[in-house]
Amino acid sequence: MTLKKIFYTISAVMLTYGSAFAESKEVATPDYFGLFFVFMLASFIGLGVITRVSRLLHTPLMSLTNAISAIAVVGSIILTGHDYPDYINILGGIALFASMTNIVSGFMITDRMLKMFKSKETKKS
Amino acid sequence: MIYSIVQTAIILSTALFIFSLHWMKDPKTARRGVFAGIAAMTVAIISTMIDPAIINWDYISIAIVLGFVVGIPLSKVPLTAVPQRTALSHAFGGLAAGLVGTAKYYLWLSEGVEQLTTFRMVAIIVEIILGFLTFTGSLMAAGKLQEVKWIPQRPVVYKGQNFINLGLLGIAIVGGLLLVVSPAEYSYLFPGIIVLALLFGILLIIPIGGADMPTVISLLNAYAGLAAVAMGFVLDNKLLVTAGALDGSSGLILSLIMCRAMNRSFTNVLFGGFGQVKAAAADAEQRTAKTETAEGAAEILEQASKVVIIPGYGMAVAQAQYRIRELYDLLTKAGVEVVFAIHPVAGRMPGHMNVLLAEAKIPYEQLIEMDDINSDMPQVDVVIVVGANDVVNPAARHDKTSPIYGMPIIDADKAKMCFAIKRSMNPGFAGIENELYFAEHTFMLFGDAKAVIGDLVKQLSGSGGGH
Repeated sequence: MTLKKIFYTISAVMLTYGSAFAESKEVATPDYFGLFFVFMLASFIGLGVITRVSRLLHTPLMSLTNAISAIAVVGSIILTGHDYPDYINILGGIALFASMTNIVSGFMITDRMLKMFKSKETKKS
Repeated sequence: MIYSIVQTAIILSTALFIFSLHWMKDPKTARRGVFAGIAAMTVAIISTMIDPAIINWDYISIAIVLGFVVGIPLSKVPLTAVPQRTALSHAFGGLAAGLVGTAKYYLWLSEGVEQLTTFRMVAIIVEIILGFLTFTGSLMAAGKLQEVKWIPQRPVVYKGQNFINLGLLGIAIVGGLLLVVSPAEYSYLFPGIIVLALLFGILLIIPIGGADMPTVISLLNAYAGLAAVAMGFVLDNKLLVTAGALDGSSGLILSLIMCRAMNRSFTNVLFGGFGQVKAAAADAEQRTAKTETAEGAAEILEQASKVVIIPGYGMAVAQAQYRIRELYDLLTKAGVEVVFAIHPVAGRMPGHMNVLLAEAKIPYEQLIEMDDINSDMPQVDVVIVVGANDVVNPAARHDKTSPIYGMPIIDADKAKMCFAIKRSMNPGFAGIENELYFAEHTFMLFGDAKAVIGDLVKQLSGSGGGH
């Protein structure tokens, strides 16, 4: 248990350090190695965390990660909101709509499903 | 100032996303995971919106309102329809990635071609191919799961299929490479690549049958995640990269679990075509299965001390889970130990059975994984198979000619007695005859799963208290 905690702490620290390091100087060209670095660490953390997810919860897990990957909302907002040509704003707007749908329905249905998982003790007999 | 706020927000919401998934390890803490996820998403959205360069609030608010209008009903679908909804949201994820990639390409093209560096161009090509193929592929999967009329349910297989599919993908990649070399000169290729990716997504799913849906949905999940990662590379945004990587690894692990549970490889699922199983059952001699009545079965159940119920997709189709819950209650009250044996690929998506049984208020301690229950099987008095077929077929253990040979199964045949509830003796989805039904200790209960279990419940409650 403690080992697991240490693993997560180290991973989280490394990841945040990686993010901070990669962005420490504001440069004109993006720090590609920083991005790959973050990708690598995030994948390992993802693999570590997901293998520990209870098999009971694989359906809610998928709807939760679905909502999480709707983080594309960030890119969509930028494209919709900036003073770009109209067709760019509209493409961004459609993407924003799609991501927002995933966020709303993903989190709501995950919670709805998780509410149903009752243990023996909590159910009234 | 804004730069620091945004970067802090990225760190914060990344940590929250990791916690969100971490808490999914146990049903007791899982709901906390959802709240952490919502918090992370809120932080991410607000930190993006504080940028003063964001001015088109009308577009943004319309899109967000529409997102809620469509998203809320999508979250209220019946739980039997969750696989379709999941596939549909993979489609939305893919669409968003594809559109952002497209918009970015044309934006940079109009701003000046020097913006389209090699790195960005590669990332954009990967993003749009993954995004758009996930979009149409997931739509097809959702259509198959929803049993939409004009989408063929049965796998469609034709000669040279893999050649055509891979050829299309190959052409798209070659086009992509040309664009990377010279982004402006070959700009007319860009829409072509989009069309190819859309087409490839459709063709990829056409040969896939219902039994393979759990694997395919997981795989599409991974694609949607990787498309988000590619978007992160395009936009130089670490939050997209991390969240996409988390999603991608979840899809990858689930696909691996599904493949292992069917003893098949990725390539076999995607390019194998499960439906083309030869009708080998024809040469099998005409065997007859024994049948049992509801009265007889109820009597035997009352005498049992341990009962295992094995649910499959048929249970979901017949909506039998609430009747099963009544049966569970009656037997438990009579002192019979009842547990459920869950095969990883039972149903149409990973964990499908667990959710349906949880909805019927079966305590989750009673839901046991295949690997944990098989060693106990010889001590089990009665097994009830409800709408499961291939996952209990003993042929997987010894019949090398069987298409499912090598697939791990729940050892229903090792129990002292087995009741199989089935509409008729027709072979199941994969067209494979099930030896279990002809085994010495197996008795068939013919009929609709919901009706048969209802009869059992009636019998048991009628004679209630007698024992």
